[in-house]
Amino acid sequence: MTSIIDRGTTPLGHRRSKFSGERTPRALIFLVLIWACLAFSFLFLLILIVTTFIDGADRFTLSLFTEYPASSPDRAGARPAIIGSAWVIGTTAVLTIPLGVAAAIHLEEFADKRKWYNRVIELNVQNLAAVPAIVYGLLALAVLSFLGVQNKNIVIGGALALGLLILPVIIISTREAIRSVPIEIRQGSMALGASKWQTVWRQVLPASVPGIATGSILALSRALGEAAPLLVLGALVFLSFDPNGLLSGFTTMPIQIFDWTSRPQAGFQELAAATSILLLGLLVIMNGLAIFIRNRFQTRW
Amino acid sequence: MTDPTTTTPATTQGSSHAAAASAGATSTGTGTGATPASESGIDGMGPNNTSPTADSNLTDGADILHQQPGMTVHLTGRAASEALPEKPNGIIRCEDVNVYYGNFRAVTGVNLDFGFNEITALIGPSGCGKSTLLRSLNRMNDLVEGARVEGKVTFQGADMYAPEVDAIEVRRRIGMVFQKPNPFPKSIYDNIAYGPRVTGMKVSSMDDLVEEALTKAALWTEVKDKLKQSAFGLSGGQQQRLCIARTIAVKPDVILMDEPCSALDPIATVRIEDLMHDLRKEYTIVIVTHNMQQAARVADRTAFFTALADEGTGDRTGVLVEYAKTSKIFESPDDQRTEDYISGRFG
Repeated sequence: MTSIIDRGTTPLGHRRSKFSGERTPRALIFLVLIWACLAFSFLFLLILIVTTFIDGADRFTLSLFTEYPASSPDRAGARPAIIGSAWVIGTTAVLTIPLGVAAAIHLEEFADKRKWYNRVIELNVQNLAAVPAIVYGLLALAVLSFLGVQNKNIVIGGALALGLLILPVIIISTREAIRSVPIEIRQGSMALGASKWQTVWRQVLPASVPGIATGSILALSRALGEAAPLLVLGALVFLSFDPNGLLSGFTTMPIQIFDWTSRPQAGFQELAAATSILLLGLLVIMNGLAIFIRNRFQTRW
Repeated sequence: MTDPTTTTPATTQGSSHAAAASAGATSTGTGTGATPASESGIDGMGPNNTSPTADSNLTDGADILHQQPGMTVHLTGRAASEALPEKPNGIIRCEDVNVYYGNFRAVTGVNLDFGFNEITALIGPSGCGKSTLLRSLNRMNDLVEGARVEGKVTFQGADMYAPEVDAIEVRRRIGMVFQKPNPFPKSIYDNIAYGPRVTGMKVSSMDDLVEEALTKAALWTEVKDKLKQSAFGLSGGQQQRLCIARTIAVKPDVILMDEPCSALDPIATVRIEDLMHDLRKEYTIVIVTHNMQQAARVADRTAFFTALADEGTGDRTGVLVEYAKTSKIFESPDDQRTEDYISGRFG
């Protein structure tokens, strides 16, 4: 079959050579390389997860949730660490989310960006998000010492350290969410005689709630996995009671894992792996929730 | 040139109509005017008007509308029997208005009066400052960082930029409809009720107010069964009418429209223009448009702006060239630049 106009060109779908276009040797080598990079990192993640599951599966039982730490791995559980994590993360959320959202609203809607001090604050918030976690632990330690708190291993102290850690992340993600609300919505509201505050409170904030929720959950899941700032505060590793208040002593799952992995007995290694499975599961659930909220409730403008 | 408000022989309706619909033709000055109404019976204009053949000059979009019961079609400005005063009475008055963005002067030396219950069109090439001027008429420019207005803008005699004047109150009295339909991400009902709620209007029945606003915006019959559904489900034209209804709901005196039809298809455009004619009975309307035919069709008066380069700095700034009745602007403008723009020689 001939084409209608014969210009001597090859018909579509026929390559002149096996190695043309995206199939030149260079392109193929590059493709193989990036696949190898992906496979390499994925392989290590897979090994880590699989070995954790193999090690911990036997100890991932009800007693992990009900028992207190003990000198024998057979009688030990992570109950105080689980409850402690819940207390610390809950307190962190209550302390940090309102503060972070309010700061973001101020920076995004009210602060005059032409003023140098507002730009300095903006720049610093960006930088703070990259500061190592342990620095926030030291900062919390200093604040508690300044306030004259003797026993610094308390829920509110841990929440303070983790709150400082994730505050920049919450501010940044909230600002992103606020910025994604089109300017036309604000103008439409103002043109009807709404005040700036009404516009923010009744239009901008409701429209950015999905974004704020997503960012906050991701930030909290980061806090959930942190151990370093809490260790600086002198977190306990051998708790024989349930944390039950803001001033109560506490331990968290990462700290418990950290402690158990440093013990010589194989049983404690398995307990650490089992607690890791729980922590991993929680993180997957939180991140999944964040993705669900984003996909389900995000307004498409 | 005969004044269209005084003379509208029925025999020339058709041709004048065509002339009004085509800006190029009107500038040659062959029509009787840009303002005779085409539907005298519905419009209640009196017996001295239109032969049925005038309908053949309607556009397709208008024909579709025309077939719907209860819809009136106007393709021209003020009905001939309604006298347009020589001078606008100045519900909003601009005196030597300059508008700046930072150091940049976007609009220079505008003196312009807007008439009560009139539709005024602001036309001109891009960058001539017409939208900027519009936004300074209800202090929407306050929201732009660095924007500032010099000179005097009065509303019913009161300086709206006086320190004691609340910009929020100004915006409630002088509403605004934007280029792109911008419904809130709420239900249709809540879109309408939002304004009355935030401004603390005393409302005996919100349901009645919502119905009234939607009816005035010619949207009620289309949405009355889905008031609780999201406004995002409406078509672009419906969304824009919803935005007009939302503006009406706070009972403003003036409605500013910033290219309200530029994002809409021709049929939706005809509907909005039709709506503007109905709204003129109760409201004063100022419309910015890029579409000269639209100005010819809807406006009682038209102001032509252009951009001038500053001799010293070379910065371009918007100036008012000519302001007159629409028929005069489109048929016998005083200024050569207006004539050139209308006839499509620049802009």
